[in-house]
Amino acid sequence: MSEHGHHKENFFSKYVFSLDHKMISKQFLITGMVMGVIAMLMSALFRIQLANPGESSGILSFFLGRWAEGGVMSPDIYLSLVTIHGTIMVFFVLTGGLSGTFANLLLPLQIGARDMASGFLNMLSYWFFFASSVVMIISLFVQSGPASAGWTIYPPLSAVPEAISGSGLGMTLWLVSMTLFIVSSLLGGLNYIVTVLNLRTKGMSMTRLPLTVWALLITAILGVLSFPVLLSAALLLVFDRSFGTSFFLSDILVQGEVLSHAGGNPILFQHLFWFLGHPEVYIVLLPALGITSEIIATNSRKPIFGYRAMIGSILAIAFLSFIVWGHHMFITGMNPFLGSVFVFTTLLIAIPSAIKTFNYIATLWKGNLQFTPAMLFSIGLVSTFITGGLTGLILGDSALDINVHDTYFVVAHFHIVMGLSAIFGMLAGVYHWFPRMYGRMMNLKLGYVHFWGTFICAYGTFFPMHFLGMAGLPRRYYSNTAFPMFDNLLDINEVVSFFAIVGALFQIIFFFNFFYSIFRGPKSPQNPWKSNTLEWTAPVERMHGNWPGEIPEVHRWAYDYSKPGMDDDFVPQTVPLKEGEKEEH
Amino acid sequence: MINILIVLVAIIFIAQIVRIFEISNIVSKAKNEITNESNHVNGVLLLLSGIGLVVFFFWQRAMWMDQTLPVAASEHGPIIDSLWDTTMGLIIIVFLILTPMLFGVSFLYRGKKENTASYITHNNKLEFFWTAIPAVVLLALISYGLNVWGKIVNQDVSNAMVIEVYGKQFNWTARYAGEDNQLGAANVRFVGGKNELGVISKTTKEQQVASIESKINNLESDLSNTLNPAEKKIISKKIEKLVNKKKTLMTYFITTSENKLKVAEDDIITKELHLPVGKQVLLKFRSQDVLHSAYLPHFRVQMNCVPGTTTQFAFTPTMTTKEMQEELNDSSFEYVMLCNKICGAAHYNMQMKVVVETEAEYNQWLESQKVNQIANL
Repeated sequence: MSEHGHHKENFFSKYVFSLDHKMISKQFLITGMVMGVIAMLMSALFRIQLANPGESSGILSFFLGRWAEGGVMSPDIYLSLVTIHGTIMVFFVLTGGLSGTFANLLLPLQIGARDMASGFLNMLSYWFFFASSVVMIISLFVQSGPASAGWTIYPPLSAVPEAISGSGLGMTLWLVSMTLFIVSSLLGGLNYIVTVLNLRTKGMSMTRLPLTVWALLITAILGVLSFPVLLSAALLLVFDRSFGTSFFLSDILVQGEVLSHAGGNPILFQHLFWFLGHPEVYIVLLPALGITSEIIATNSRKPIFGYRAMIGSILAIAFLSFIVWGHHMFITGMNPFLGSVFVFTTLLIAIPSAIKTFNYIATLWKGNLQFTPAMLFSIGLVSTFITGGLTGLILGDSALDINVHDTYFVVAHFHIVMGLSAIFGMLAGVYHWFPRMYGRMMNLKLGYVHFWGTFICAYGTFFPMHFLGMAGLPRRYYSNTAFPMFDNLLDINEVVSFFAIVGALFQIIFFFNFFYSIFRGPKSPQNPWKSNTLEWTAPVERMHGNWPGEIPEVHRWAYDYSKPGMDDDFVPQTVPLKEGEKEEH
Repeated sequence: MINILIVLVAIIFIAQIVRIFEISNIVSKAKNEITNESNHVNGVLLLLSGIGLVVFFFWQRAMWMDQTLPVAASEHGPIIDSLWDTTMGLIIIVFLILTPMLFGVSFLYRGKKENTASYITHNNKLEFFWTAIPAVVLLALISYGLNVWGKIVNQDVSNAMVIEVYGKQFNWTARYAGEDNQLGAANVRFVGGKNELGVISKTTKEQQVASIESKINNLESDLSNTLNPAEKKIISKKIEKLVNKKKTLMTYFITTSENKLKVAEDDIITKELHLPVGKQVLLKFRSQDVLHSAYLPHFRVQMNCVPGTTTQFAFTPTMTTKEMQEELNDSSFEYVMLCNKICGAAHYNMQMKVVVETEAEYNQWLESQKVNQIANL
C-alpha cells in the first residue's frame, strides 16, 4: 500500500474533502457539467429571443420571471445572459472543467505517480473552484441583475452601475467569483507543474511523456504566468468601482452627473485583460488537443505522427500566445505600428497549428481506425480546428479586422475554433477515460447518437454566423430589428437558433448515458481501448495511491502501436525493449 | 403540492426510460463493443458528413452571399475587399482540401479486426515541406496585409475635413469644424443645456455660468425662506456643489488657450452625418460615458470611442447615397453608423443616419445647420 493508503476513510474524506486526485478530478468534472448545463440553457434562451425578436414566449417567462414581463425578454437580461454564458463557458467549463478534470485524472496516472505533489493544495484548488462557482450562481439572483458588460467586462461599462444595472452588485459578485477562480487556477497549476517535473516514474523521460501530459503541463505554465495579470486587472477595477481611484476611468458623464474620475484609460484594462485573455484561448484549447493526440493515436492503432514536432508546436503556440493579445484591440485607437507587430505574431501561430493538423491527418492515414465515441469526437475536433482556425487568418489581419471586428464573424470564429474544439476534446476525454474514472463502460450506441447529433447541430449553429458577420451584424445585439439593412437576416438567425436548441437537447442523451453508466454500466476490463499509457496498468478498482505495490517502470514512449515484430498491436510503456529493438521517434 | 407532483412524475419518467433502455439492450443482444460493422457504419457516416459539410458550405454561399455587405463606398474600401477576397479564397481552398482529406482518410482506413495499421512515426522531409509551405504563404499574406493596413492608417490627413463623432448612451452626435477646419476643445464637464458635446468657448462658458448663477440665486432665496434646519442643510449642500461646479468650469475655461476658444465658436452640432463625395474626411471620435464603437460597414470604417481620449480614422467616401441606392436597386437605402461595442441596454438601437452627397448639396445642408453653431447656442 502507498503511504497515503493507511488512513481510515469516511464519507466526507472520501467524497467531499478528498485528497485523492481521481476523486478531485470527478468533482471538477461534475461541477463543470452543472455549470455547462446552466450556460447552455442560457444560450438556448437568448437564441429564442434572436429568432423571434420581441415575441412572447412561455419558456422565457418560466425561466426569467420578472426579467421577461409577459414572456418578452428585456434587453438588460439579454446582455446578462450573453455575459454569464461566456464567462461560465470560458472559465468554468473549458478551463476549470476541462483542465481541472483531466490534469487531475491523468497527470499522476500517466507519469506514474501516486498522487499530486500536494494533495492538500489540490483539494483547496477544487474548493476554491467550487466556491467561485457558487458565487457566480448567486450573482444570477441579485435584485439589480447579474453582470451584463460582456464576459470581457470592459470598463467603464463594468465600472459604472449608472450605465447598466448589471454593473451593480452583480458585477461585484462576478469579480469576487473570478478572484476565487484565479486562486483555484493558480493552486492547481503550480501543483500540476511540480508534479510533472518531479514525480515522473523511473524511465519516464520528458520525451517519453504522452502528449496529454505535455499539453497539460504547458497549459498549467500558461495559466500560472497569465492569470495573475487578470487578477491585477480585476483588483484595479475593484479599486475604481469602490474606492474612487481612476485607473481605467476618465471624464465620464452618465445620467446627468459628471463622475469625479480623471486621468485613467479604459484601454489599459483591455491590455491587462487580453494579456490573460489570449493565452486563455490556448489554456482552453491545448488540453483538448493533447487529449485528441492520445485518443487518435490509440484508436488509429498507430503512433502519433511527428511526436517531437507535436511537442515543438505546443511550445511554439504557447510562446506566441503571449505576444499576440493586441489583435483583440486593433481598432481601439492603439498605435497602428503596434498593430502591425501584432498582425505579424498572430498570423505566425497558423504555422504550428497547421503542423498539428497535418500530423493528425497523417496519424489517421494508413491506420486501423476504431471509431469509439471518443475517436469520433476527436476527429470532430480536428475538423472544427481546421474550419475555425482558418478564419483566424482574417481576424488576425488588422486591415480586415476593421470591418468584421465584434461582428458575428468573430462569434462564429471563436465558437468553432475554441468552443467546439475544446468541448469536443472534453467530451472525447470523458468517453475515453470514463472506464478509468468509474470502473464501468459507457454505452456505445448512445455515444454514437450523441456524437452525430452534436456534430451536425454544432456546424448548423455556428457556420451560418459567418454570413451574419459578413453582412455587418454586430454581436451582442438584443435584436436586429432596429436596422433595415439587417431585415433579411432573420432567416439565418432562425436556422442558427433551431440547430442550437436541438443541439442542446442532444446533450440530454449524454447526461443520461453518463449518470446511468456510473451506476449500472457494464464493468470495465483492465485496458478497454488497448492503450499503451500507464493509467491502464492501475487496477480497475480505483485506490488511493493508484498502484498496489511498486510503481511501474517505463521502458518506451507511449505510442508503440502496431509495431512490427511485436505480439500485439499495442506495447504498453511498461514492457521492456526487446533485444535489438530500437526506440524510434 | 404541484411541484412535488412534477418531481415525482419526472422521477417515474426517468426510471421508466432506464428500464426501457435496459430491456432494449437485453433484447437486441448488442455487445457494447466496437465491431467491424460499427466501424463501417461510422466510417460511411464520416465520409457523408465530410461531403455534407462541403455541400452545406456551398449551399450557404448560394443562399446568403447576396445578403452580405455590398461594394465598398470609400476609397480604401476596395483594397480591403481585395485583401479579403485573396485571404478568403485561400481559406476556402485550404478548407476544401483539408476537410475532404480528413473525412476521406477516416473513411478509407476505417478499422477491421483483420487489418493492421502501419508503423509510421515521422517523416522529416514531409514535415519540412508542410512547415515551409505554410510559412512562405503566411509571410506573403502578412506583407500583403501590412501593406494594406499601412495605406489605411498612414494617409496624409493635412487637408482632410475634420468632423467629430460623439457617442453617448444611446445615440450619436456630430460636430463640424466650421470654416477654420479646427475643432474647439471640449470636456464632459461643460455639457449642459444646448451644449451637448461640452464644447469650451466664450459663449458656452457664459451660458453655463449664467445658468449656474441663476440656480444658485434661486436656491439662496429658498434658503432664506425655509426654517426647517434639515432642509437648510440640503439646500446649502446643493449650493456648495454648484459653486464647485462653477469653479471647475472656470478652471477648464482658463486653461484653454485663446485660439482654441476662438475656433470653437464656428463649430456646428448636428444629428446626422453628411459627407461630400470624393472629399477626404478625418473623423475624430469621443465618448461621453462608456466605450462605443463607430461602425460604418459600407465604408469599411470602424473605430472605438474611448471616454477620456480622442481616436481618429480618415477615409474618402466615393459613392453618394443616391448612387448606392441605384447600385442596390433599393430606393430606401441609407448609409448608417452603428454602435459596435456593447454599451448598455439600448446598444442594439444606437444609430445615426449617414448621407453622402454632392459638394453643393452638402454645402446647402451645412448652411441649414448653422442655427446649431456654438456661437448661436
